[in-house]
Amino acid sequence: MELISKPNKQNLKTYLPIGTFFIFLGLLDVTLNAFAGIDISGFLPSKISYFFPIIIGFIGFYLIRVEFSGLRNLDILNKNINSNNFNAFLTLLTLYILIKSIPPLLNWFILDANFVGTSKDDCTGEGACWVFIKVWFNRFMYGLYPDPEQWRINVAFITLFALVGVTFFVSQKLKKYFILFLIFVYPIIAIKLISGGEFGLKYVETAAWGGLSLTFIISAFAIIFCFPIGVFLALGRRSNLPAIKYISIGFIELWRGVPLITVLFMSAVMFPMFLPDGTFIDKLIRVLIAITLFEAAYMAEVVRGGLQALPKGQYEAARSLGMGYWKMNVLIILPQALKLVIPGIANTLLALVKDTPLIFVVGLMELAGMIGLAKTNPKWLGMAMEGYVFAGLVFWIICYAMSRYSQRLEKRLSTER
Amino acid sequence: MTKIIELKNVNKWFDKFQALKDVSLEVNQQEKIVICGPSGSGKSTLIRCINRLEEHQEGNIIVEGNEISENTKDIEKIRAEVGMVFQQFNLFPHLSILDNCTLAPIWVKKLPKKQAEEIAMKNLERVQISDQAKKFPGQLSGGQQQRAAIARALCMEPKIMLFDEPTSALDPEMIKEVLDVMVDLAKGGMTMIVVTHEMGFAKEVADNMIFMDEGKIVEKAKTKDFFDNPKSERTKLFLSQIL
Repeated sequence: MELISKPNKQNLKTYLPIGTFFIFLGLLDVTLNAFAGIDISGFLPSKISYFFPIIIGFIGFYLIRVEFSGLRNLDILNKNINSNNFNAFLTLLTLYILIKSIPPLLNWFILDANFVGTSKDDCTGEGACWVFIKVWFNRFMYGLYPDPEQWRINVAFITLFALVGVTFFVSQKLKKYFILFLIFVYPIIAIKLISGGEFGLKYVETAAWGGLSLTFIISAFAIIFCFPIGVFLALGRRSNLPAIKYISIGFIELWRGVPLITVLFMSAVMFPMFLPDGTFIDKLIRVLIAITLFEAAYMAEVVRGGLQALPKGQYEAARSLGMGYWKMNVLIILPQALKLVIPGIANTLLALVKDTPLIFVVGLMELAGMIGLAKTNPKWLGMAMEGYVFAGLVFWIICYAMSRYSQRLEKRLSTER
Repeated sequence: MTKIIELKNVNKWFDKFQALKDVSLEVNQQEKIVICGPSGSGKSTLIRCINRLEEHQEGNIIVEGNEISENTKDIEKIRAEVGMVFQQFNLFPHLSILDNCTLAPIWVKKLPKKQAEEIAMKNLERVQISDQAKKFPGQLSGGQQQRAAIARALCMEPKIMLFDEPTSALDPEMIKEVLDVMVDLAKGGMTMIVVTHEMGFAKEVADNMIFMDEGKIVEKAKTKDFFDNPKSERTKLFLSQIL
């Protein structure tokens, strides 16, 4: 009986080295197995051998689980990842899956991948064929925009990023003007530059726009417009005037209840049927309006949540100082309400960016759409994996950047102590 | 003495519950009135009707010669002349104390920023928190917040000040600092209507006392008579309970 007594402070001296050795053995086995293909537990039946690291690690973790051992690091370890059998098992399983999954991923992404070449035939390795991305990169960025004119998109976006960068560093007073310029003036300049037709620039129809630049254009415009519309709808829904209130409710519920794909389809295919003959509204503009109104309905509900969270006293204090409806909302209510719902706003805007690929239903090809097109090219069949992994990575970078920015904004605007 | 506020037979309902029953009241310039009474008696509703944070359904309320009703066009203008201090302070938490004080003067009275800031600092000095001007409301103690709220109301340079239980949400040791500010204000000649249970304060500054119960004004009397010689039994009972 004494031989297998429970681990405690007295037998810690014996159990700790044994336990540590078992855990080490488990880790060694799974690591060698995954990276070098060596199976040191190969003498065991195959099924047991496969789970050997978890079994041996589990015993190891059991042996070192001593409460208040007096060793600080051991206590921290036990408290966080080894507080009971179940947690020890979860810890081991996580490690097991992580280590097992690294080599295949590494192989596919880098070690066995092909980077050099110009056609599918150059991809001889087992891994990813990044040649596909390289060859099609131009199309993924600019869509069908003519090659000699692509500098216009570059100029438009580089100027935008430069302006945004500068805005972060100028003084508070100038910042206001920079932001106003960026929101109200720059988009018009950029669109003129990209669409052309004036100032000696060749006209490029919107059907040729595409790729990542189109993703950005649609996201930026939809974000700029859906935000104020959403705020107005939120205020409208809480209005005391029945007409405004019910129109807002009707609008919000209508757009929230319809799938985006339907809205886009209607905007591109059915909407022109209702227009008088001869009138023509660009497809991209129709799609933009559709996405904007769709997301504005969601935005409205997010903002309304913030409005409802404010105590009544804030409204009363503003009123008692002689502020009318607009002054009260713009100066007192909205700054607080919007700050409260920054996470919700970020959520909606992220969803908006990730919804843009749906415009493929009307024949517009942004990044994911272009990839869809490229993978069906007879010379490049079977490249869906590379394409969509690339698209996923790009979208993730965009969305993660937005998410980080929203967190920063939240922190900066916080006036709690 | 000129009349500045006049209430004539005011009735007010919250759905079926009648909060004010036939209330009539006159307030002269520079007069200080303290309203007391049990909770739910309509004290707060009464003063909130004066700047129309609550709407009355019957009777007339006249502030500085302007009838207040749903037809009043410039209710904002009247509110700008009637300062109000709330039980829960209701400072704007997203603005510094100084910005709390200058916001309405700049946007409602259209004062230049510099002038608004001078007025704000003068009033913050008066309530003795000028050293906290750059802080945010959340960084101040309850008493300091309430004094800031008083300063914010004073920055609009109102003709009348309404106080809705200004000390009820404060820790006992902070009540005095707020009352001191209010006494100072009273001595400066401000017209004040104060809903409070601080009877010491009432004895010190009030010209007239009003006792309300169940939406009615039960007794209105000179302060000395009110405390020494209350007429109604209900008032006597109330006073015996809180004094």
